[in-house]
Amino acid sequence: MIRFVPRERTPAWLTAAVSVGAAFAALMLTAVALAISGAPIFAAFALMAEGAAGSGFALAETLTRATPLIFTGLAAAVAFRARLWNIGAEGQLYAGALAAVAIGSGAIAAPPAVLVPLVLLGAALAGAALLLVPVLFKMRFGADEVVVTLLTNFIVLLFVQMMLEGPMKDDMALGWPQSSPMLDEATLPKLVEGLRLHAGLVLALVVAVVLHVVLSRTVWGFRIRAVGENARAARYAGLPVGLAMALVGAISGGLAGLAGASEVAGLKGYLTSDLSPGFGYAGIVVATLANLSPLGVVPAAIFVAGVFVGADSMSRAIGVSSYLADLVVALALLSVLVGGLLTRFRLVLVRREAA
Amino acid sequence: MWAALDILLQANFWAAAIRIGTPLIFGVLGALLCERAGVLNLGIEGIFVAGAMSGWLAVYLGAPLWGGVAVAALTGAGFGLLHGLLTVPLGLSQHVTGIGITLLATSVTYFGYRVAFPNVSTPPRIEAFPPLDVPVLGDLPFIGPILAQQSAFTVLAFVCVGLVAFVLARTPLGLALRAVGDNPEAVEAQGLSVVMLRIGAVMAGSALMALGGAFLTLSAFNAFYFGMINGRGWVCIALTVFASWRPGKALAGALLFGALDAYQLRIQTIAGGTVPSQVFLMLPYIFSIAALVLVARRADYPRALMKPYFKGLR
Repeated sequence: MIRFVPRERTPAWLTAAVSVGAAFAALMLTAVALAISGAPIFAAFALMAEGAAGSGFALAETLTRATPLIFTGLAAAVAFRARLWNIGAEGQLYAGALAAVAIGSGAIAAPPAVLVPLVLLGAALAGAALLLVPVLFKMRFGADEVVVTLLTNFIVLLFVQMMLEGPMKDDMALGWPQSSPMLDEATLPKLVEGLRLHAGLVLALVVAVVLHVVLSRTVWGFRIRAVGENARAARYAGLPVGLAMALVGAISGGLAGLAGASEVAGLKGYLTSDLSPGFGYAGIVVATLANLSPLGVVPAAIFVAGVFVGADSMSRAIGVSSYLADLVVALALLSVLVGGLLTRFRLVLVRREAA
Repeated sequence: MWAALDILLQANFWAAAIRIGTPLIFGVLGALLCERAGVLNLGIEGIFVAGAMSGWLAVYLGAPLWGGVAVAALTGAGFGLLHGLLTVPLGLSQHVTGIGITLLATSVTYFGYRVAFPNVSTPPRIEAFPPLDVPVLGDLPFIGPILAQQSAFTVLAFVCVGLVAFVLARTPLGLALRAVGDNPEAVEAQGLSVVMLRIGAVMAGSALMALGGAFLTLSAFNAFYFGMINGRGWVCIALTVFASWRPGKALAGALLFGALDAYQLRIQTIAGGTVPSQVFLMLPYIFSIAALVLVARRADYPRALMKPYFKGLR
């Protein structure tokens, strides 16, 4: 018989090993799916690896794809730490993108030093506002935030479609529902000439580090963790639970909003209603892979991005459906959840007669 | 104005309300069964997708229609078993695991569909459930045309409502299931296995969810489309709270939702042009959130919902 014995402390190497092990397990399980589908397993994985990191260009593509995932991964990590189940990053991303376009596509004329921060701030505020509504519903009425944030995703996407077919439609776009392009002054600069990699990545990395410091070194970081670990105890201890929750909501929603701004102002240049292929949901996977650590979000996002970019290029080469990437990511999430047990418990073999 | 009210007098409208509500009846019943036993199952959205595709594929490959229904139920039960194993004996976060199940079920389904049909542009079709041919009742005015637009699969939904209600309220198994979601210690003290009861409830509930998906491909439509579930599963989770975990109210909630959705579709054509269609499409989601917020305070959540139970640990 095997018993789970809670660990007092988890060594850092174990946490990292579990994440890597889970990613590996996910790839193994995916190999089973590939085998069943009759596709060449090794060729498919080799092509995926090559497409994700085989060249400077591939690596740049992966990092470009990782940029929004770092933001949404951080959004999920900070919320989940406080047990605020924000499953609405997808909607908050679109709210941020919509705000970015509203500010940056000609409404305001200003030099980049003013306009870019304004665009980012507007996007963060829009994302934050969108999450504060479910947080308010949760605190005030006890409405489960999971369902509210999930359903809000659909409402926001419909709202974006409505705006793109109506008031925010670009008349120059030949009837295609898309927004007016961002002004040059509102665009995030490219990091390397000729590649799609943009300054959004730098911003994402800075935010990850700042969040790490805030969560691990400040009073508010402590409060957020306390509220997450035991809200009732935190309340008895006199911590402002409601305020901490609102703060978490604002940060989480704001980060998801930044993901939208970064995609619009750094990569696409305008808004369409297919801006995000599920970056919000993938952020949950990224955060879980990272064990909710802000610094861990960065490699986790790069891994998930690599899977998607690699699968796309593999799919183009040998025709195996790129839904394989979603499969890898889903399996990675479940594997890391199970693996997480190893970080929290020691498995001890107990003889029957001893029990 | 009169046109807006006139809709309510059309048999077509009520037929559509039932058709839209039927998959939700299955979904809410399934979610209710899981949650009554203390397990939140956010895998519902993905299980809908998997049920829709597996049931349809079985029929496409030559199985009889009811065979497709059975395949869908088994597929759902399979994902339910996975969710149950991860959340009950292992005690993993029900939120994150559920999202994981949704991602897994959706991606396996989409990948599987692409493996089976690599290069189809128009989705292949099957011969779906035929409309009901009810003697006597079918000849009634108003009622007759409504019945004539439903199928035997719809009847199954109503039968399931009665069945779940009966099992939960009147049988020892139902008592044990309700107890395991309220007070697992008491169940364990009776010598029953909390783990087995919870996993069983999640499997049965997930099978029902999958039937909700299968209804779409086997009765409402006759093909499988990507994105056809489109949040229906999440709506069911909201309706479950709205129904305060009771099968009868689940039926009422699902049909009310179906009526609202059918109504907004018809109002759209009346108001066509003056108001963007997206406004109407948002209404069902807004309604779900409003319903949730209104009842949340009074909601009588199963007391052990989302609380993992470990033998000998308090």
